[in-house]
Amino acid sequence: MCGIVGLYLKNQSLENQLGSMFAPMLEAMTGRGPDSAGFAIYGDQVLDGSTKITLRHPDLEYDWDTLADRAQTHLAVSVAFMRNHHAAVFKVATDAQTASDYFATHAPEVALLSAGQSIEILKAVGLPAEISTDFNLTSMQGSHIIGHTRMATESAVTLEGSHPFSTGQDLCLVHNGSFSNHNRLRTELAYHGYQMKTENDTEVAAGYLTWRMDQGDTLDQSLKHALQDLDGFYTLAIGTKNGFAVIRDPIACKPAVLAETDDYVAMASEYQALTSLVNIEHARIWEPEPATIYSWQRDSQQG
Amino acid sequence: MQSINLAEHSVRQLNQLLHDQCNHFDQSQWQVSATSGQHNIACGLNQNLEVNIHGHVGYFCAGMNQLAHVTVHGNAGQGVAENMMSGTVHVKGDASSAAGATAHGGLLIVDGNTGARCGISMKGCDIVVKGNVGHMSCFMAQAGTLVVCGDAGEALGDSLYETVIYVKGKVQSLGADCVEKPLTKKHLTQLKQLLKSAGAEEDPSQFKRYGSARQLYNFKVDNAY
Repeated sequence: MCGIVGLYLKNQSLENQLGSMFAPMLEAMTGRGPDSAGFAIYGDQVLDGSTKITLRHPDLEYDWDTLADRAQTHLAVSVAFMRNHHAAVFKVATDAQTASDYFATHAPEVALLSAGQSIEILKAVGLPAEISTDFNLTSMQGSHIIGHTRMATESAVTLEGSHPFSTGQDLCLVHNGSFSNHNRLRTELAYHGYQMKTENDTEVAAGYLTWRMDQGDTLDQSLKHALQDLDGFYTLAIGTKNGFAVIRDPIACKPAVLAETDDYVAMASEYQALTSLVNIEHARIWEPEPATIYSWQRDSQQG
Repeated sequence: MQSINLAEHSVRQLNQLLHDQCNHFDQSQWQVSATSGQHNIACGLNQNLEVNIHGHVGYFCAGMNQLAHVTVHGNAGQGVAENMMSGTVHVKGDASSAAGATAHGGLLIVDGNTGARCGISMKGCDIVVKGNVGHMSCFMAQAGTLVVCGDAGEALGDSLYETVIYVKGKVQSLGADCVEKPLTKKHLTQLKQLLKSAGAEEDPSQFKRYGSARQLYNFKVDNAY
């Protein structure tokens, strides 16, 4: 089953309300996914040449200060971090590869959830409402956000199997459905040099889009390729640094509803998750067509 | 008239009150508000009730309907009026996929568009959609009529049995064993009547009729044991 939700702000003056607008959407999808939940939020962008990295350690008492000091000394660049429950968002004044490599090599005890200039991924096992409270979602700000509530099917109820998955800088997707060719795609991606971290099918879809975009595809082009190469039943909501997209497979078995006003674009598995949004009664509401790409992009200047 | 606010009552409470009318029929007019896209609203009714639902509804609204006249003043989720036996269900907005699925009787009217698989496996109901229908509509449909005033998506009427389909607009493609058939006087009369019942002001002569070519496995006597 699973529930997916996304909210993309067109009106920048609402950015300080992103988390409070989104939290009820995520919680409304508890019935579709009570096992684990998570979200990828975009905002608070760092400058070119710097990187934001979300790290997680299961121990709430983990000593992030020491890790930051060690990273700063080793990389000889400025390192700052913000702790949030059992995760911490690090801002490192170096490129994403260098920063990711450092943590992978020197802090194997922490899991790297996302890397980029804008993205932060926070996820955990448990009910969406608990996860929303633990990470203080309602106080979060940003330009867009996608979230997932999981009812596990393809792999176990673990943090590793929790969504969302990010496999490339600032790229993230949430998925409702299942892919039938993920094992073959995983092998092909490995051949191209993209090593997936889990057995989960959704990670493969994220990896696929990362590979396509690394090949020079725009978001829309990568999704056009995805419609050809991803086999299965799926509705996807995708976030990039400046963009937001929704696609459904050609059979369109998995549900999706879109709503758009002058202020926002919202997507959810079910209309129930949209009822809390301001002005929803005047929104244009529609069901996305099968095999059709819906995307919204901000000017790069706007960040 | 009885008004039920679903912010104050559960769907289960609402449905129980509506079902109670089978045994003690004392209230025919019902209003439902604050629906918030909840599932299973006004399911399993079996009395000549008039139920007006204000707001968008989730899955299976007015499912298994018998006798009742249910109007949704909003959009409906998947499977609206699924397995309807009689009565009418009128969606003023759009309906999602599988609208009228397996319905045996009654009339389903959708003022807007429907998603995929409208009238899938329908068994005798009439469906009038004033907008478009999505792909695989009337898949394995056995009896009854689908009228589409707009366009139809891919594979219309795939593996059709005896359901009759009328489409005014474009048909993206016909499914296996579904063919265009002549619009005879008898069909024009039937179509006119259906359009009238649905309050659709369309000229019946502008529609095309589609039905089963009866060439698939189950139509071949040689395949009988």
